Amino acid sequence: MADVETKEAVYVTDQLIADDIDAYLVQHEHKTMLRFITCGSVDDGKSTLIGRLLYDSKMIFEDQLDALQSDSKKVGTQGQEIDFALLVDGLAAEREQGITIDVAYRFFNTEKRKFIVADCPGHEQYTRNMVTGASTADLAVILIDARKGVLVQTRRHSYLCHLIGIKNIVLAVNKMDLVGYSQEVFDKILADYTEFATSIGIESFTALPISGFKGDNITTLSDKTPWYKAPQYAGITLVEHLETVEVLSSVDADKPFRLPVQWVNRPNLDFRGFSGLIATGSVKAGDKIRVLPSGKTSEITRVVTYDGDLDEAVAGQSVTVCFADEIDCSRGSVISIADNPPQTADQFEATFVWMADEAMVPGRAYWLKIGTQMVSATVQEPKYEVNVNTMEKLAAKTLELNAIGVAELTTDKQIVFEAYADNRTLGGFILIDKMTNATVAAGMIHFSLRRSQNVHWQAVDIDRKQHAGLKNQRPAVLWFTGLSGSGKSTIANLVEKKLHRMNRHTFLLDGDNVRHGLNKDLGFTEADRIENIRRVGEVSKLMTDAGLIVITAFISPFQADREMVRTMLPEGEFFEVFIDTPLKVAEARDVKGLYKKARSGELKNFTGIDSPYEAPRNPEIRIDTTAISPEEAANLIVDTLLGDA
Amino acid sequence: MSSLRFRKSKSLKPRQQARAPAEEDLMKTLTHLERLEAESIHIIREVVAEAEKPVMLYSVGKDSAVMLHLARKAFYPSPPPFPLLHVDTTWKFKAMYALRDKMARESGMELLVYQNPEAIEKGINPFDHGALHTDMWKTEGLKQALDKYGFDAAFGGARRDEEKSRAKERIFSFRTSSHGWDPKNQRPELWNLYNARKARGESIRVFPISNWTELDIWQYIHLNDIPIVPLYFAEKRPTVERDGMLLMVDDERFPLQPGEVPVERSIRFRTLGCYPLTGAVESEAKTLPEVIQETLLTTTSERQGRAIDKDAGGAGMEVKKQQGYF
Repeated sequence: MADVETKEAVYVTDQLIADDIDAYLVQHEHKTMLRFITCGSVDDGKSTLIGRLLYDSKMIFEDQLDALQSDSKKVGTQGQEIDFALLVDGLAAEREQGITIDVAYRFFNTEKRKFIVADCPGHEQYTRNMVTGASTADLAVILIDARKGVLVQTRRHSYLCHLIGIKNIVLAVNKMDLVGYSQEVFDKILADYTEFATSIGIESFTALPISGFKGDNITTLSDKTPWYKAPQYAGITLVEHLETVEVLSSVDADKPFRLPVQWVNRPNLDFRGFSGLIATGSVKAGDKIRVLPSGKTSEITRVVTYDGDLDEAVAGQSVTVCFADEIDCSRGSVISIADNPPQTADQFEATFVWMADEAMVPGRAYWLKIGTQMVSATVQEPKYEVNVNTMEKLAAKTLELNAIGVAELTTDKQIVFEAYADNRTLGGFILIDKMTNATVAAGMIHFSLRRSQNVHWQAVDIDRKQHAGLKNQRPAVLWFTGLSGSGKSTIANLVEKKLHRMNRHTFLLDGDNVRHGLNKDLGFTEADRIENIRRVGEVSKLMTDAGLIVITAFISPFQADREMVRTMLPEGEFFEVFIDTPLKVAEARDVKGLYKKARSGELKNFTGIDSPYEAPRNPEIRIDTTAISPEEAANLIVDTLLGDA
Repeated sequence: MSSLRFRKSKSLKPRQQARAPAEEDLMKTLTHLERLEAESIHIIREVVAEAEKPVMLYSVGKDSAVMLHLARKAFYPSPPPFPLLHVDTTWKFKAMYALRDKMARESGMELLVYQNPEAIEKGINPFDHGALHTDMWKTEGLKQALDKYGFDAAFGGARRDEEKSRAKERIFSFRTSSHGWDPKNQRPELWNLYNARKARGESIRVFPISNWTELDIWQYIHLNDIPIVPLYFAEKRPTVERDGMLLMVDDERFPLQPGEVPVERSIRFRTLGCYPLTGAVESEAKTLPEVIQETLLTTTSERQGRAIDKDAGGAGMEVKKQQGYF
């Protein structure tokens, strides 16, 4: 091993463990915890640095060391020396490639703290992994190869850490041994980085000259860099710095009290508690609180835990609280200090980090999870995308995997939120694809858009119930979906005629007709198709408010879009009518000659040919047109609608 | 345990060194164990709030003991609203079965015990069948049990510090309807937001103590007086030495090889699995602090006592997980 002097700190701990285990346990019990990430490129020595930290804090056992020594000879890149990087590179595939491809978490202790290190890859295509690792970090170590200076990836990593709100940034100028421990080299890098950091709004950072490989300035100050003790430098070792910076949860403890409710605890009629992790602030019995979004107020009577009631609990603790009054509060509610509550809104500007192979689809409905709230949300076309290498703002129509951009966001109901800069829990969210259930994006709320606070619903005296009552019917939407030529329009027409004969008030919205007026500004791109469906959904909703039975006939090929319309309407009023005609049959009919055009390439994005049709999974009504006639189909639909009504 | 409660102005015992944590504001800076506990409780509650039918896998080891204790804390004063599932190989130590039944009674939770009927029928055992034993009883047994009861979320006590492939696994780990794990297709986990949505047939394995280390587990057991299997403490026990492993002769099913005579040794176990597959260490550590002391001063890692990691070279566990092993 290259280094002996760094063992001293470890030795003291060993001695204490051996001499007085109880004293050691008391010391260990009271350690705080710091979570940090390391960012750097493949060659910056990141894995080597982490391996070194583990080794110096004695987190490597003899059997691991044996394996490491034999591995080092086999695949190591350090000749006969131990390759610390092999300790931290995990999955089989990447071990062969010699790069880390995901976030890996490592653990070590010093005498003062426990550390969790998120080891993040440096390649551009792994932006999503870095953002993931950074989201739980108190601090970021940005590694720079002293021979190379500030590179494009240094800027990218710094930008991402800053974006995710990491306040403690450490600039670790590594491989100082390879530049002769030169003060000039260090000064030059420091000056370059300061200029860049200031330009993107990083207020402060701590720069250290180190060698992960040799161990300089990691646990003890190196005699190779005597100049580092001068007052213009931090003058401390990496470990000492990590041991003393303030952790995030203590910063959060000074903010106003917020507790997102995870679960209502109701074991019997005498106990009703609300469980959750305190996001910010502190709480004690007697505190006046407000529950959002309802705005109802009460008072805290108890802060309950398994180990007994607490006098006070702070940010970062999982507790259960009880109220003096029986007010409405459930999963998704946020309990706040009464006189300083967060806002609610349904339209926001936010930064998005796109994390899925499938690009963002503006207008499509996604699930949005923020704290313990889950709502349906749509994203507008981005205002701009940020080039993560140059920080330039670029025009964009969508966001692809690993792209970062700013866009407006609309939720289907009001959510309790705060700006991400003030509160990570109430300002940070994920988007979930409704079909695949994949987490497709992370987002950070900047602010709510003013119009969501100013546009109020006009209360009307004659409401939808009265409209429907006068017509003596229950409003509904019969949403026909199916391939072009499946028979939607034919059957929809028959259904309307039958209902009309039965004195029902109806209105048929036909795809082609709507495109001649309301939606004539829309084309056939994916985004336009979604907007087409959204508008039809909104119009249908207004018509049901007027008491009508609405019949729509649109291909509407995407499950997510049909679900979007379903969520616009009261439960039980949306009937998905799947006109199930096999592609072969529809194409053989080809009433409008469209399939022929699509096959010849004359018509692009044609459903069933070069654009997918997502069949409904659980439609209210399914019509097999190969088995029954249009007349029979219409009867079936009318019976189902009225039987249900 | 008062030491894990929020401290108002409790005076602390003298520290080794005067700097650092003493300067931190103890009113608002949680200790590492307080943060870990809060995180685990948060995870367990999220699963209960979002999954349809959760279950906690209970292996009776020390990690399971901590996980169960955290679940009891998460829902107090209610009992945890899910059952415990023990995927039994029939080859666990006797002392483990005793503690398992006691803890189920004490926690007020339902205990489900599942034994793979095919393994029973074929008499699969660790002496004659080697790797097949783990595969049939544990990997297959677990899949069968989850399918039988239709659980869509299962808590497991794995920790990221145990083994390299686990260091990269998410806290919420998705499995296909055939229980496969794809390390390349994991959902990103940001902040403390977990996406528990899944299609019918898919399930999630959830690891609430991912971020705990072996030392954290021991210390937490110590501070909370959590009952653990007595085999973790040193005592004179009948043993034989085989292939460099010290095996305990737990019952008459242990076939002695010609010339082998059980020898009384003072031993304890660092991990507990099936007794013929789990190696003991010679030790005099009879109390938890002594065990912790030995653990810290020892020079071999915890899983060395387990035969399972040695299959298939360095990537043993990763391959097992892709096949559906927890």
